Amino acid sequence: MRVAEAWRVALDALRANRLRSALTMLGVIIGVASVVLLVAIGTGTKQKVEQQVEGLGSNLLLVVPGRIEVGTAPVVSPLTLKDVDAVTRVVGDPDRVAVTIASGATARAGARSDFTTVQGVLETTPAVFTRSLVRGRYLTGTDVDTSRRVAVLGDSVARALFPDRDPLGQQVTLAGVRFRVIGVFAPLGQSLGVDRDDEVHVPVTAAQRLWGTQRVDGIAVKAPDRERIDELGERIVAELNRRHPDTEFSAVTQQQILGVLGDILGVLTGVLAAIAGISLLVGGVGVSNIMLVSVRERTREIGLRKAVGARPRDIGVQFLLEAVLLTTIGGLTGMALGVGTALLVDALSPIPAAITWWSLALAFGVSAAVGIVFGVVPAQRAGRLDPVVALRAE
Amino acid sequence: MTGSPPAIEAVDVSRTYQLDGVSVEALRGVSLVVQPGDHVALVGPSGSGKSTLMHLLGGLDRPTGGRLVIGGRDVNALSPPEMATLRNETIGFVFQAFHLLPRTSAVENVALPLVYRGVPARQRRERAAAMLGRVGLGHRLDHRPNQMSGGEQQRVAIARALVTEPTVLLADEPTGNLDSVTGAAVLELLERLNAESGVALVMVTHDQEVAARARRRITMRDGVVVADSATDDDATHLHDRPLSVDHGRPATLVPAPSAEPRSVSGSGPGHPSGGSGGAAGATGRLPHPPVNDRGTGDAGVVTGDGSGS
Repeated sequence: MRVAEAWRVALDALRANRLRSALTMLGVIIGVASVVLLVAIGTGTKQKVEQQVEGLGSNLLLVVPGRIEVGTAPVVSPLTLKDVDAVTRVVGDPDRVAVTIASGATARAGARSDFTTVQGVLETTPAVFTRSLVRGRYLTGTDVDTSRRVAVLGDSVARALFPDRDPLGQQVTLAGVRFRVIGVFAPLGQSLGVDRDDEVHVPVTAAQRLWGTQRVDGIAVKAPDRERIDELGERIVAELNRRHPDTEFSAVTQQQILGVLGDILGVLTGVLAAIAGISLLVGGVGVSNIMLVSVRERTREIGLRKAVGARPRDIGVQFLLEAVLLTTIGGLTGMALGVGTALLVDALSPIPAAITWWSLALAFGVSAAVGIVFGVVPAQRAGRLDPVVALRAE
Repeated sequence: MTGSPPAIEAVDVSRTYQLDGVSVEALRGVSLVVQPGDHVALVGPSGSGKSTLMHLLGGLDRPTGGRLVIGGRDVNALSPPEMATLRNETIGFVFQAFHLLPRTSAVENVALPLVYRGVPARQRRERAAAMLGRVGLGHRLDHRPNQMSGGEQQRVAIARALVTEPTVLLADEPTGNLDSVTGAAVLELLERLNAESGVALVMVTHDQEVAARARRRITMRDGVVVADSATDDDATHLHDRPLSVDHGRPATLVPAPSAEPRSVSGSGPGHPSGGSGGAAGATGRLPHPPVNDRGTGDAGVVTGDGSGS
């Protein structure tokens, strides 16, 4: 009963000073809204990256020379197609093994040119990486075996070189050598600011001849199931180590890549949320300030309430509720504002934003906690007022 | 009747304040007993300790010396929350400045003490409305203080003081902010409620006529009781005995003559009763139970009844 009364009194007090209450809440609103918005952007980015990594194909195992660690120098690959055959024997299924040798090159078609990434690959790439075409066909085993000069264009390259023509059957010149376009990839979009459609696939054998090398950069394997993916990776690395004792090899899974990216983006989100949290803190100080003013203004009221039987705790609870009400109303408004802005950002800008329930719950909890933390001192001060002094106050 | 315990009992009560490191003795050994149903006027010049005594009697403050028992409970043994409960249950306050909550209806103002007693909302409203009816404001339940006259506001404050059915009603210059006509009506109301409900009425006043209507008059000066009609003699009609308090008052304590209308009556020889003698007398037993004064009191409320109709 007393708590219900205290709620009523607290609401009344806020209503009596509408403008002041609104301005005090504004600090909390901005704080909570920015926390919600920045967490949404962080979460949205993370989700998009995860989607893209998972979109590479499931149960993927990437085998590369050297270590995948920050701060280690890249290693010149000693791998050749013979090593790929050896890995294929370990895997036991040639359709599950893909390779890549990549280099930047200028692609020309008539008067148009585009600097792009040329990838030498096996015909297994679409199955291993889950790629699909919109036009024509992909490379075949024959194309690879006979080093045929045929190319599959990424969406961006096709648009750049053939803006108003069907690229199929046309000639493109890659690093001075002519290739025939046999297919165009379905667009993938951007990933972390990189255009994933800016690439040209040619048979690995043709690419090796183009650049005068026998090597391949890396091998990708699609594991038959998730459970044995780590064990398969170890077996592949062991085989490659046997063949190249002087080089280290690493096999990483999508889960490991996701883990690393997730950690980075998680830290980023945390930093953003912390910066926004500082503004929430400042809002809390504003609440504390205004509550002290409120206690001083209503000293006589406090004195009277005490005279008619209010205990120190009753008065304290009343003012604490007022502070909590300020921050929770501000918190709810800030949440609405943050969600609205996040949805707008997601819809109208390339920045992804995703609302998570936990971030809303957290924002609400934090704003209530801010009210309690910053309301305690004014509330205690009110509760401890000497009724005689309080009644005499002007 | 005689066996009923006193509402308030103060034994050699003193109250010393520390102001900027200097001790100020506001009360220096006051002893008095307020009986149930008493009607006391507390008079004395400014700075004589009336307000301090009222705060102590009302449980708003604690004595720094002596023993103070309110409603059978020694206040020195009570925690602040227990003091709050004691005030809620046994004391009603009426202030000079009304002290009503703004933006709050009359009935809610009156119901306020019941909130802290934990009375359910509907019951609070019923009791507050009934109490407002008793003070003649049954038609003003949902008016706010700024929609009421000063006299009405003080009636609301009186209703608030009595809604808890306290044993003592402490009124600090209840008519001080009112014009004489309104003040008289409020005074009559207080006297009528004192007579009807048996609540002890202790009233600080500067008004000689107001003081004269009380059955008992306690005069204070320099932090001590210098005269208490309940112990000085058996006289009940105090207006037969005008008291000139100006006599022994130290010149340094006189703030402004205009604030002391008492001096108007200062023609009689007066009783230059010694401060120590008065205080000593106050510790003594009451010569008769004040309940016996009821008959006299009713007679004095004839004008009150007139106003009530």
